[in-house]
Amino acid sequence: MRVIIVGGGKVVYFLARQFASKGHKVTIVTDNEEEAGAFSRRLKATVLPGDGSDPGVLEEAGARRADVVLALTAYDQDNLAVCQIARRWYLVPRTVGLINDPENEEIFRKLGVSVAFSATQIIARILEERADFEDISNLIPVAEGGVTVSEVVLRTDSPVVEQELQHILFPEGALLGGIIRDSEVIVPRGGTRLLGGDRLIVISESDCYDQLLHLLTGEESE
Amino acid sequence: MGGKKTDKNWPQYVVVVGCGRLGSLLAGLLSQAGSSVVIIDRDEASFALLAPEFSGFRITGDAVEMEILQRAKVHSADCLLAVTGEDNVNLMVAQVAHELFKVPRVMARVFDPRREAIYHAFGIETVSPTKLSADFFLATLEKGGEEKS
Repeated sequence: MRVIIVGGGKVVYFLARQFASKGHKVTIVTDNEEEAGAFSRRLKATVLPGDGSDPGVLEEAGARRADVVLALTAYDQDNLAVCQIARRWYLVPRTVGLINDPENEEIFRKLGVSVAFSATQIIARILEERADFEDISNLIPVAEGGVTVSEVVLRTDSPVVEQELQHILFPEGALLGGIIRDSEVIVPRGGTRLLGGDRLIVISESDCYDQLLHLLTGEESE
Repeated sequence: MGGKKTDKNWPQYVVVVGCGRLGSLLAGLLSQAGSSVVIIDRDEASFALLAPEFSGFRITGDAVEMEILQRAKVHSADCLLAVTGEDNVNLMVAQVAHELFKVPRVMARVFDPRREAIYHAFGIETVSPTKLSADFFLATLEKGGEEKS
């Protein structure tokens, strides 16, 4: 896959490293010359110093043949311009734009950014969930936050411990994806009995997430 | 310009984004011509460029934040002119005004002629000072040439 990343900082560095290690062809565009030098020394990626929202620079970065363009600068206006020019002018099939002001999410989607994500909101959501339930980790919102995937550690005093799955009434929009017990993955079946310390991977619609957590932990969220 | 415009097509309520040399000039002229004008700029000090006769409102803030546009009541504006010094800000604000706030007339200043051509093709009303100056220079040259010959 050919990936163009526009932006700078640690996120871009680690993301580029990860893409490159998976064999993707990465080009980074950053307007910080010093950083461009550091990136090209440390990464297996093509680095282009310049303004990624400049059509000429994007073209030089290979926009005509790119599979995906990621716009990760700290400025919403620049991320929007990068995605729009990439998508609508160079016909890049997929554009991903970082939104800094969560209120701009709607406009990004309306204006042709394929995936618009707000780091602020994702972090806020994770923190909120963590603050409520300390046994829950790795909360990943998918489908624009409509569905969450999370890992719940069962305490020994959980109301579902020692019960078989077929007797547990899961909410309709929730699904148990797997059980991790002593670092082994157990595929859930009707006769599987839950034990304290089990790590449950649960997939849930956001609407019934609270209900699901209540079922598994016995705790009430607010 | 000068004097009140009574033409019914003349915009009643105009939001100007960016109070630089162009923004302050536009705001002053529009306000003199009888429009209600709200001008937005990130930097409060830039309002010093406004003519003393300017009778509109000033809002200090970043127009790429939705909240600032709401405060300027962009939803009831007849016209929005995006004339900050940054092309991408102007293009984003113009599109937000057009798509979300349904402002009937929206124009953006874009310095980069290439970006201007692209967004113009997307259907956004853009003005490129770079291109306008180039055209003007060339036209003047041409005229001079004709006179001599």
